[in-house]
Amino acid sequence: MSNTNYTFAVARIRALEVSLFSKSVIDQLMACKTYEECMRFLEDKGWGDGSGKQDGDTMLSEERKKIWETVEELGISMDAFGVISYPNAFHNLKTAIKETLTDKHRDDFFYENTVPSREELREIIKSKDFGRLPKNMEEAAKDAYETLMHTNDGQLCDVIIDKACLEAILEAAESADDVIAAYARTVVAVANIKIAVRCQKTKKSYDFMMRALTNCSGMQTDALAKAALGGFDTLCAYLESSGYGAASEALKISPSAFERWCDNHLIEMFQPQKFESFTIGPVMAYIIARENEIKTVGIILSGKRNGLPDSFITERIREMYV
Amino acid sequence: MSMGMVYALVGAAVAVLFAGMGSSIGVGTAGQAASGVVSQDPGKFGKVLIMQLLPGTQGIYGLLVGFITLSKIGLLGGGAADLSPETGLMILAACLPVGLVGLVSGIHQGKTSAAAIGIIAKKPEQFGKAMLFPAMVETYAILSLLISILAVSAIQV
Repeated sequence: MSNTNYTFAVARIRALEVSLFSKSVIDQLMACKTYEECMRFLEDKGWGDGSGKQDGDTMLSEERKKIWETVEELGISMDAFGVISYPNAFHNLKTAIKETLTDKHRDDFFYENTVPSREELREIIKSKDFGRLPKNMEEAAKDAYETLMHTNDGQLCDVIIDKACLEAILEAAESADDVIAAYARTVVAVANIKIAVRCQKTKKSYDFMMRALTNCSGMQTDALAKAALGGFDTLCAYLESSGYGAASEALKISPSAFERWCDNHLIEMFQPQKFESFTIGPVMAYIIARENEIKTVGIILSGKRNGLPDSFITERIREMYV
Repeated sequence: MSMGMVYALVGAAVAVLFAGMGSSIGVGTAGQAASGVVSQDPGKFGKVLIMQLLPGTQGIYGLLVGFITLSKIGLLGGGAADLSPETGLMILAACLPVGLVGLVSGIHQGKTSAAAIGIIAKKPEQFGKAMLFPAMVETYAILSLLISILAVSAIQV
């Protein structure tokens, strides 16, 4: 796509960036004493539907919906955002498989604005017509459905679909702009690190890890799995040697510090997009920044609602894009 | 009509065509960016409109040189001059700077204007500074205009 095609979108994103939360706004939110005060603050900032009657979770889901409504208005093909939208789409696939086999239907477990839609997925899974799914979902859906049906192992079902999701992200990045490709590689690398850490903590086998890990450039799954088998220190040493020293440092502090590092790392990666005027990068950066902002607000609201100490919330607050 | 007249007319056409093309591409690019900002914040219409208009000057410069050329060769006054092929080619060469520089600078000024519109979207109080960046590109369009006008005027018909 020619650069000019993103000129309108980037200019609109620049205008939207003004309303993104900066660190000082997050500090102001943190300074609110109660959950109710936080909600009033957010409503004053234009969050939610303006009724003043929404709870925090509904407000956050409303804000997530707004991200994709905005993106749709930019006139860019949604295929360009596959690397961002796949996790939601594959999450919906997992949910559809599980609810079909358990016969429990919950609409709120699904993400909105995905392809295929919630109802399409339900219908496809119910009729076992996997051929109607997108190519990158078809095999994984069939495999996960049969695995869950025969073994009742929900974790294995998740592993199969999560891996298919990461592979779809990498595949989409092959023909995408540099910034999307870099984002995809980072997402997959971070997902691999998370898998390795969890497998190390739960003492999973080498075979299980190899089934869950996804090959990507700059990270050898075999070496990562072996490092995880060797224990926490071996895993940290491997991460340091493969250019993820900061991830290793965060892991040594706490799991929440590591989660924070993952999000901060992505935001940092998108910082140069502030200076781009004609590529899709700023649009991607805006989506990631909004999701990061909503996640941070969610952490603060949850902490305030449960009366957690400020220091506990502060150590989980992500870096802001602006 | 003599070959000299044909060359001179081609020169006038080159000045108007290429400079106009540069401007239309530039104004179009800046217009996309301006629409993006106004769709979100209509209050910035005035500022982004000025930015969009900046790449439009190349077309005006081309038109000016075109007029001077037509006037020089007598087409506007009703009495066409009898031009030798050499004189016609000289007029064509004199029209090239504003045509070619107008094309390239118009395109690039449009891109710079679009980028500067991004500044206005985020920091409207920086309008003055933002306008300087596309205005710098204008320098080269003005230089080419000067040379084209001086050269066309200096040719003895």
